[in-house]
Amino acid sequence: MVTTVKDGWELVVGLEVHVELNTVTKMWCGCLTDFGDDPNTNVCPVCTGQPGSLPVVNGEAIRSAALIGLAINCSIHEVSRFHRKNYFYPDLVKNYQISQYDVPICYEGHLELEVEGLPVRVGIERLHMEEDTGKSTHLGGSGRLHGADTSLIDYNRAGVPLMEVVSHPDIRDPETAQAYVRELQGIVETLGVSDARMDQGSMRVDANVSVRHPGDELGTRTEIKNLNSVRSVGRAIAHEAQRQIAVLEDGGTIRLETRHWDEGRGVTETLRVKESVTDYRYFPDPDLVPVHCPAEWVEELRTSLPELPAAARTRLEAEGVDGAQAAALVSTSGMLAVLDGAVEAGADARTAANWLVGDIAGQVAAAGTTFTDSGITGAHLGELLALVDDGTLSNNLAKQVVEHLVADRGARMPAEVAEAEGLQQVSDTGELQAIVDQVVADNPDTVATIRDGNAKAIGALVGQVMKATKGQADPRATNELLRASIID
Amino acid sequence: MTADLLTASAADLAGRMAAREVSAREVVDAHLDRIAATDGDGTGDADVHAFLAVVADTARRHADDVDQRRVTGRDLGPLAGVPLALKDLFTMRGAPTTVGSRILDGWVPPYDATVTERLRAADVIVLGKTNMDEFAMGSSTENSAFGPTRNPWDLGRVPGGSSGGSAAAVAACQAPLAVGTDTGGSIRQPAALCGLVGGKPTYGTVSRYGMVAFASSLDQAGPLARTVTDAALLQSVLMGHDPRDSTSIDEAAVGQPYPDLLATLDDGVDGLTIGVVTELRGEGYEPAVLAAFENSIQRFEALGATIVEVSLPHASYGLPAYYLVAPSEASSNLARFDGVRYGLRVDAPTAEEMNAATRGQGFGPEVRRRIMIGTHALSSGYYDAFYAQASKVRRLIAQDFASAFDTVDVLVSPTSPTVAFPLGDKTADPLAMYLNDVATVPASLAGVPAVSVPNGVDGAGLPIGLQVMGPLLGDDRCYRVARALEADLDLDPIARGPHALAAPA
Repeated sequence: MVTTVKDGWELVVGLEVHVELNTVTKMWCGCLTDFGDDPNTNVCPVCTGQPGSLPVVNGEAIRSAALIGLAINCSIHEVSRFHRKNYFYPDLVKNYQISQYDVPICYEGHLELEVEGLPVRVGIERLHMEEDTGKSTHLGGSGRLHGADTSLIDYNRAGVPLMEVVSHPDIRDPETAQAYVRELQGIVETLGVSDARMDQGSMRVDANVSVRHPGDELGTRTEIKNLNSVRSVGRAIAHEAQRQIAVLEDGGTIRLETRHWDEGRGVTETLRVKESVTDYRYFPDPDLVPVHCPAEWVEELRTSLPELPAAARTRLEAEGVDGAQAAALVSTSGMLAVLDGAVEAGADARTAANWLVGDIAGQVAAAGTTFTDSGITGAHLGELLALVDDGTLSNNLAKQVVEHLVADRGARMPAEVAEAEGLQQVSDTGELQAIVDQVVADNPDTVATIRDGNAKAIGALVGQVMKATKGQADPRATNELLRASIID
Repeated sequence: MTADLLTASAADLAGRMAAREVSAREVVDAHLDRIAATDGDGTGDADVHAFLAVVADTARRHADDVDQRRVTGRDLGPLAGVPLALKDLFTMRGAPTTVGSRILDGWVPPYDATVTERLRAADVIVLGKTNMDEFAMGSSTENSAFGPTRNPWDLGRVPGGSSGGSAAAVAACQAPLAVGTDTGGSIRQPAALCGLVGGKPTYGTVSRYGMVAFASSLDQAGPLARTVTDAALLQSVLMGHDPRDSTSIDEAAVGQPYPDLLATLDDGVDGLTIGVVTELRGEGYEPAVLAAFENSIQRFEALGATIVEVSLPHASYGLPAYYLVAPSEASSNLARFDGVRYGLRVDAPTAEEMNAATRGQGFGPEVRRRIMIGTHALSSGYYDAFYAQASKVRRLIAQDFASAFDTVDVLVSPTSPTVAFPLGDKTADPLAMYLNDVATVPASLAGVPAVSVPNGVDGAGLPIGLQVMGPLLGDDRCYRVARALEADLDLDPIARGPHALAAPA
């Protein structure tokens, strides 16, 4: 069940998702987009706004934006253009941001989501391109621009291509908002056009939230800025809805304002009140020419689209993977590639999905990494499952192998790990027989009980064998050998 | 000998250097000496004050290098070794770029403009950076933060603007060539007022990369010279597609080559149809200017041209449209001068106050006025009435030109309604100053090429200019018509006045 905010109230949410594209170079110049490098090393006259410098559109960014647009079912404007959004801020090198305004590259699309087992469609108003700003670090004083002693600015990020996807206010509950963000993340990742890492800021979400009585006009909205995890998106929206309802039920009014989500305290707080609408004095950027996306080019691009998350879910379910697992596989960064690789290596999709979504995902998360960074590939999983299948590994041992795979980032293959770490099942009858004989000899009372007809007691002896072999004994073989030596 | 080097045309100097009759070093030294003798620092009444910075050492090194390469028999460009004065809004490493403003105090650009690169590649030797109205906003060079430039023809008068320093340098024989920029007339009007040839190329044929922007959709660099041939030679060096400027015309993409300015230069006007623009003469033009214009029309006719009267119905809205579009773009282009990254910084407790204090002190009154006009014109609620409306007028003017060129080869008008006016005459009245641009802004708004060519002098001996306007990429026609008039009038290209030199023999 999705969360209902409160009886008699309806939540209305629209999302603005910023995605930093992972093009090699910046939007307007040839500088690398590696903004994590030493401060102000990936900069040039253009991206530091030196007098006389001029922007030139990065064609790769246009292609990436159009690809995303097609993936979210948008139409592509054959001719779109860039405007200047004028405002003063120290990390904005030209004191205007080049952005698309009246004619964005992509318009009117939608995402088909599955939320708690039910299909939901969220409309998308537009996708437009813009440039990122530099990054300010405020030292001393308040720690914000106002009141800081000193501010340092790193322009490595200035001019990195940024895309903004604006949804219609079609979202009615936090879960749908989360599903929407995850879906978009999955799409962008599948297309390979962005890391879409919310934790690293390459994907950022602003939520416009309002509440109303069902059937009423839209209420006054507040905008929650820079939500940096899917979890925060859900929590912040749920909290903001409750806050607004409380204010309204108390006879108060909602102010049009920007709010900040405090993850630690779980509350939203006023960032700045929009007393008057900021006048950005948008006008067409005279330094740039219109962007052309000819219909033939768009069609060619459409045919190059890879399998998208929604299609992948359908395919997985057809292969027998459980719906929830399919959703997890598709929305977890890098996981689907591992599954597809394992299946290619001969694994059963359902078994592979069980392992991935269950134990492996848990271990990867516990290690603080992601599938993309874990080094674990489809080849690893395929081999692991084959080893379980042929009895070389028990489920238990396989889990221990996974621990090693995660720990050394897939540097070794499962067979190698099992061998080197002594994790193979002992099913060699001769070796096992000696241990079984020893256990039988050491436990005369239990043996007597079994011979008296209490077959269940054999479990205790299996346990002893396991203990003696440090878990490596093949349980079935052990069982058979015990029965043979006790009963026969 | 020295005086002869100073009054010679660029083409003549280049020829003599190619024939090894004179070295580039001798030519450069002669001009550096001339600058030292006549330019001053702007404080004396006899100071031309065309230059804000002279890069003598660099210029001499470059000249020596040219001479050395010449000795080894290398094939050098047609202007190799010729000295040039560069307007101080082109970035050039190794020297400050001021744009005539205090706001860029201490800024030495970290890169070269495309124009600077092309000049160097052609072995044209930059002597220094020339004075200008701050951010190219003005028509007299009196808006420079570093004091005005004086007109070599009459040191009590303005050289025009905004490329007044570039024009005065050429008129004072401190350099045979100069590069200026023209947004609404800033090459053509000073050319007219200083008795020079000045070309505003087709928008998009000279790269704007490294030109500090005033109004991006209008700014275009171009040549100033004492002869039509020199101007055409220099513009040929400046023109060319530049992938660093998105608005640069790509010949392959438009399917039309850049014009060859020299091929038809001496073909005369016989058989051409010349349109006289109804809206660009009459009220507001000085009688001497109009008389000289009529005289030249008759000359064109005598030379075999067909003269027709042509109306550009929207041209009379050109000035108001220009004074909305240009300040609008400027208000945004100049936002980057905020004290954060380069240039002047006036310290204040907060970033916002620092921005305001820096801009308040760094920009002069005309720049502040235009930023305010532009900010207002782009504001929501006013955008449609001002910026959008002006953009519409601009499109209509471009259409007027396009239709006119269906029937005529070129259009002509006086370049400026007046001759050079006394220093201080119009500084208190911005509107009177803006009226200087009335005949030049229509071509700017339409993006079409135009050349101002000397058209005689008035009763006081002050130069008058005639403007030839051509269709897009029809710069060659402008020069051809200008050359025909130049040949027919056969004027002395050397400025009279206190610093006068004898004309070349």
